[in-house]
Amino acid sequence: MRFFVALLLWAPLAGAELKSFKKAGDLAPGEVKSGSDFLTRETREFQADEFANPGYLWVQEGRAAFFRAAPGTPACSSCHTVESMSGLAARYPRFDPQLKRLINLSGKIAFGHDQKRAPPLHEESAELLALTAFITSLSRGRPYAVQTDGPAARYFRQGRKHFFRRRGQLNLACSQCHDNNWGRLLRGDTISQGHITAWPGYRFEWQTFGSLHRRFQDCDTGIRAEPYALGSEEYTSLELYLAWRAADLPIESPGVRR
Amino acid sequence: MTIRIAVPEKARAGEILEIKALIRHQMETGFRRDAYGRTIPRDILKEFECLYNGTRVFHAELFPAVAANPFLTFYTRATESGTLVFRWTHESGQVSTHSANIEVL
Repeated sequence: MRFFVALLLWAPLAGAELKSFKKAGDLAPGEVKSGSDFLTRETREFQADEFANPGYLWVQEGRAAFFRAAPGTPACSSCHTVESMSGLAARYPRFDPQLKRLINLSGKIAFGHDQKRAPPLHEESAELLALTAFITSLSRGRPYAVQTDGPAARYFRQGRKHFFRRRGQLNLACSQCHDNNWGRLLRGDTISQGHITAWPGYRFEWQTFGSLHRRFQDCDTGIRAEPYALGSEEYTSLELYLAWRAADLPIESPGVRR
Repeated sequence: MTIRIAVPEKARAGEILEIKALIRHQMETGFRRDAYGRTIPRDILKEFECLYNGTRVFHAELFPAVAANPFLTFYTRATESGTLVFRWTHESGQVSTHSANIEVL
């Protein structure tokens, strides 16, 4: 019986069905709030000020890296234009036909880079963070529009399952905080809805700029679960689910968070 | 070091200028330890100064309690056209500089 219910839920994986499913199970459309809404006024203003927001240091570095050619190797800009990068981040993570797996924007940038240039870009390296910051900033103000059907459907299901699965010594699922208890206090902090629109972003706790997957690792550490690797299939699938879940909100990256 | 500076391009003589300076720096306090328990050596910016046509108009000493990526906002009066030079002195004595031009009408 459960098998048939599952089939009914997941057989028609078109965007429209998913939207209606959202109304039934997850956050109601009217109650979707950006992470900024849970910050203090000072932090919100800090993010909105394009000069004070320290995330723009990484955007500026990323822009320079985009146009910089190393001896014997081309710059990103020798194949790509800035215009073609605009709105790109809103479509990631996506299934990459060449790599035959789900890939996020950092993964795609590193892949493109490593084909033409050496040494390879590692996850969370200064240059990859800067390039991701720059390219994501070109989608600022747009909503996520990720593909959740076709070859991406499997990853979308996996990501959604991850969100609702209890994990770690505290035996908590993402949904228990970010769907069921957002707006309430967890010690001194207000629990947000866990939207990803600020990332990559600047985090006060880190005193630096970091990726969404690094943020996921902190969530996992918080619930005393073993964190997955940066760029892992688990985190990239979760990112896909969360991008779809945040589709009513504009991308804010570079965000500023606690 | 990535540096961001905000200086008005043009100003009237006598006008009060708001100047902003942001630099990327981790401001390592010297109090933290790494995963092996070893002290991470202190590495901070010790000093900042702003020279307006060679005259020091703003100066600050920085300490380990200052957050990473220090952001300073200060004011000076527009006197003559010229160059503002921004200098940050590192723990090691190395200096990062940046300059901006201003036209005073």
